[in-house]
Amino acid sequence: MAIIDLANPTRFLTFSGRLLPWLVGACVVAFAVGLYLTFFVAPDDYQQGATIKIMYLHVPAAWLAMMCYSIMAVSSLGTLIWKHPLADVSAKAAAPIGAAFTLISLITGSLWGKPMWGTYWVWDARLTSVLVLFIMYLGLIALWRTIEDPIRAGKAAAVLTLVGAINLPIIKFSVDWWNTLHQPASVIRLDGPTIHASILWPLLVMAGAFTLLFLILHLMAMRNEVLRRRLRTLQLQAASARVGVATPQAAE
Amino acid sequence: MGALFVRELRLALRVGGGALIGVLFFLAVITVIPFGVGPDLNLLALIGPAVLWIGALLATLLGLDRLFQADRDDGSLDLMLMAGRPLELLVLVKCLAHWAGTGLPLVLSAPVLSIFLNLEPLAIGAVTLTLLVGTPALTLIGAVGAALTVSLRRGGLLLAVLVVPFSIPVLIFGVSASGAAVTEPTPFMTPFLFLCALTLISGVVGPVASAMALRFSSD
Repeated sequence: MAIIDLANPTRFLTFSGRLLPWLVGACVVAFAVGLYLTFFVAPDDYQQGATIKIMYLHVPAAWLAMMCYSIMAVSSLGTLIWKHPLADVSAKAAAPIGAAFTLISLITGSLWGKPMWGTYWVWDARLTSVLVLFIMYLGLIALWRTIEDPIRAGKAAAVLTLVGAINLPIIKFSVDWWNTLHQPASVIRLDGPTIHASILWPLLVMAGAFTLLFLILHLMAMRNEVLRRRLRTLQLQAASARVGVATPQAAE
Repeated sequence: MGALFVRELRLALRVGGGALIGVLFFLAVITVIPFGVGPDLNLLALIGPAVLWIGALLATLLGLDRLFQADRDDGSLDLMLMAGRPLELLVLVKCLAHWAGTGLPLVLSAPVLSIFLNLEPLAIGAVTLTLLVGTPALTLIGAVGAALTVSLRRGGLLLAVLVVPFSIPVLIFGVSASGAAVTEPTPFMTPFLFLCALTLISGVVGPVASAMALRFSSD
């Protein structure tokens, strides 16, 4: 089955329905392994003690907060350029998930920051840019909710998503450009990771588990969205049939 | 294009109090601040540039929903869409006229208002210069939000929520440049040039994105 066949929503529904149980199984296994590594294998930090365990939740959530927006940006290109029927479904489904992951990374970050930096919140470059990302997610969700026609809402949100994508490199490099409280990048670097393998491996497994969780939630939200649109079309058809309008409004 | 500029400028100046209402709002914001933080003149001088910038940002947001809304209501937006001219250019001209009608009065009133905030002459000059360079960026970024919410009946509030995150970099560099002019060790030129760059970038991104949004809102 080629990827282009998935453009048909019905094929997408059957394919994702078949894929989901496998993903759920893999996700459960990954979380089991990751949590075991986190709590029983990974050593406590010699300075930070057990609070370093927050990292295994905080870092994957922050990665996903950005990956989710990247997926929305790519989906927006799909909406605007190729007019792919599932692209705006994907972008719309990703927005609340991305907002949730951003919120998780902000909350865990401030819980971690209290014992380490002595404060829940500083106006540091990385923290501020992630907060801006959170506000943009909420703004996008609000835009989707206010425009009634899903096709037009998708296009409007796609424009805004692409304009907002400028924020992504700012978040990624904010810790390198501005020398602030948040530590600089230590995993994805040109000269290799700078953290010890005993911490790196649990972190990578947890990141994989979170990514699988995101894929599951995203696919399920997309399925819901496709079904919701079908329901909307049916309701519109029923309504127009009742009042005797010859041409059905919904051309989806 | 020249005719469009003149038409937009006239509309911006004449409709409902026009330019003055923005300045009045600006004055109201500045007046409220000493009641909030206390009438300590040293403190006011310290936070003065930031207060002026935030006031200008709020006043800009207030007028933005008029940018495309009125033209859509009376149908002239559809005429502009069908005119065969590049829509990006039309949007840019509209933005410039809108800025000249609402942003420029803010810039001109900024020196007078900064006396209320006990600013030094040097700081007054710096704030006014950064506002002159920075407020076009606010209008151009806001145009994207205005174009996205043009078909909504009560889009003004949503517009502010959408636009504020994107205007944060302009605010950061505007305030840091005007602050740097007063405190000696930090250089003025670096944040100022960043501010210029932001205005130029939004001069490209703003019209292109809003033209795209306007096309989608019409079909």
